[in-house]
Amino acid sequence: MPADFRASAQAPLADTQLRANFRRAMDGLISKRSAQFADPKEWKDLRSLGAAVRARSLLRLPQLLEALEAKLTANGIQVHWAETVEQGNAIIEGILARRGVTLAVKGKSMVSEEMHLNHALEQKGVEVIEADLGEYIIQLDHETPSHIIMPAIHKNTQQIARLFSQKIKDAEYTEDVAALTDLARRVLRRKFEDAGAGISGVNVAVAETGTLVLVENEGNGRMCTTVPPVHIAIMGLEKVVERLEEVPPILSLLTRSATGQPITTYVNMISGPRRPGEKDGPEEVHVVILDNGRSRIFADPQLRATLRCIRCGACMNHCPVYVRVGGHAYPGVYPGPIGKILTPQMAGLEVNGDLPHASTLCNACVEVCPVEIPIADLLVRLRREGGHNTHSTVKGVNSHHSAAETWIWRGWRLVYQTPMLYRLTSFFLSRFGWLVPASAPGLKTWTAVRSKPRFAARTLHDLVRDEKVPHE
Amino acid sequence: MAHPRPTPRPQAVYFFGTCLIDLFYPGAGLAGIKLLQSQGIEVIFPPDQSCCGQPAYSAGHSEEAAAVARAQIALFAKDIPIVVPSGSCAGMMKKHYPELFHGTPMQAEVEDFSARVYELTQFLVDVLDLRLDDLGAPAKVAYHPSCHAMREMGVGDQPKSLIRQLAQVELVNIPRERECCGFGGTFAVRHAEVSAAMVGDKIDAIGQTQADVVISSDCGCLMNIGGALEAAQRPTRPLHIAEFLWERINAR
Repeated sequence: MPADFRASAQAPLADTQLRANFRRAMDGLISKRSAQFADPKEWKDLRSLGAAVRARSLLRLPQLLEALEAKLTANGIQVHWAETVEQGNAIIEGILARRGVTLAVKGKSMVSEEMHLNHALEQKGVEVIEADLGEYIIQLDHETPSHIIMPAIHKNTQQIARLFSQKIKDAEYTEDVAALTDLARRVLRRKFEDAGAGISGVNVAVAETGTLVLVENEGNGRMCTTVPPVHIAIMGLEKVVERLEEVPPILSLLTRSATGQPITTYVNMISGPRRPGEKDGPEEVHVVILDNGRSRIFADPQLRATLRCIRCGACMNHCPVYVRVGGHAYPGVYPGPIGKILTPQMAGLEVNGDLPHASTLCNACVEVCPVEIPIADLLVRLRREGGHNTHSTVKGVNSHHSAAETWIWRGWRLVYQTPMLYRLTSFFLSRFGWLVPASAPGLKTWTAVRSKPRFAARTLHDLVRDEKVPHE
Repeated sequence: MAHPRPTPRPQAVYFFGTCLIDLFYPGAGLAGIKLLQSQGIEVIFPPDQSCCGQPAYSAGHSEEAAAVARAQIALFAKDIPIVVPSGSCAGMMKKHYPELFHGTPMQAEVEDFSARVYELTQFLVDVLDLRLDDLGAPAKVAYHPSCHAMREMGVGDQPKSLIRQLAQVELVNIPRERECCGFGGTFAVRHAEVSAAMVGDKIDAIGQTQADVVISSDCGCLMNIGGALEAAQRPTRPLHIAEFLWERINAR
């Protein structure tokens, strides 16, 4: 059934606490980011570099993935390819079953959300504990992330305090943030020690060295990838770059855009399992490379820019729609502007074809995107793909075709490209347009919170004629 | 995107009035023309002009948008600037026309057309260096920058710099002034409740400034913000920047 963003936006719009939580959080993130990019030239240059790195990587994506696989394998990392979410889950289930794992710890990974991995593993009797604090909070409350970087951003301290006191054994109610963090830390410490496997995401994969780069602030990523005997990394197939030297600009853009940090507390560069003679590190390292519709997006030269995304979340932080409805109003895993272009391409326009319309095309996201994804242009493109019979590779193309809408726009074209018809139409509208009742379709929606637009008695064309403004 | 070539002060310009101004805010269009004429510029208004095509383009109907765009392009053939009293329509003509006609036989012609497009305040400040003599009564005004003026046309301080020239006018900033007002064409109807929340917050922010007038250089924003101000019976009056400036220098 098609997902209806308009319907799912109603509850959050009416939730004043939720809207206040998002507004406060987004205001903070916007000002932290802008402090990081105070020098416009530095921002412009770094951003061009980041965009070029991502665009160049995508241009050679098949070759880079092959090179990555070869290098990872040479480093002792086992590479698994998953075309679908189901295949990805089955691969991970297989690894865990072979090792007899019943408890896994997991660092933050949006791809694992895409796979609904926790649910799949729980079905197989594996307990998965989210080790990122935000993810841990929402896991306790059986929620999904409302933001790709700050998954529990929709909750305030009081809400988290209540949740911890209810869900964590022997926890007393406290609103002290340090005490709450310590509480989660103590629970998670034991889980790290007991877990048979650690699962993580990947921020960048480097083809020339076979390195998996993972940034994080809490050390939970370091724990997940080094303490348990098995480490399984999951990545979307677009995450690869060719050279190690391409990593610093990407990381700089990522952390400064995301949280306003010049660098994260931890930068993990994983290049293999524990080697003979080494005292720590996992015995096995696996990487699951997931497609899940990405190669279809890759096939279209314009829409391919969607895959440049480095998942910083700046687009949602600056989005006037996101700040009012929060991440849970969006269908799919990725909210905000990136979700509006990514989700419909992954799930298909037949399911999420309305989503690209849920934007004013204000371009606030385009302005801050650190890899220059032309999000507004791609939204317009997807609107077009939804309603037209074109020869594109987009999933669900033409599924929102409406004969009525097509004829309305054909009529519109006829009026606006034929001067005589336009003169006639504007003549009647300026004289009789006021007769259109405020309750007319479309206008009724507009006038719910606004006065009815008033046609001027004389058009600019009329005034210009009166004033004898030259015609040519 | 083509950039405007450095323009020496031209003798004549074209004026593209936009469809919203034509039908709803003709006074803004006429004021724009008079501001240009007051600087000794001959203004040419091709009478067969209608709409830039943006409504169809944004809705995803690019064939219809291109057909209407083609009809406009043919009317502005002379090699003189095209001045548009709307950042949004100007952005359509400058940024999206070249995309619409890329790879077609019209590409070169369209690129030449787009390179000549200016948003009104950009032209008044950057090309004409307009000087204003304020004859109006003391007033407090707020300026709402339109998204497309800022982010498609690269309009920066030009509108505010014009307002700041007015001796009797106090210019106040709207909190979160760069945030969209929620218009977005069909968005206002298709996602009506989100749009209503956005414009509701916008008029509250304007209310905080206690401005007598809220000025914009885009009539789409003005229709949305002004309509919401009126429906909520707020005292602030919405006005297009051209009309506001023309009123001030003529002491109406």
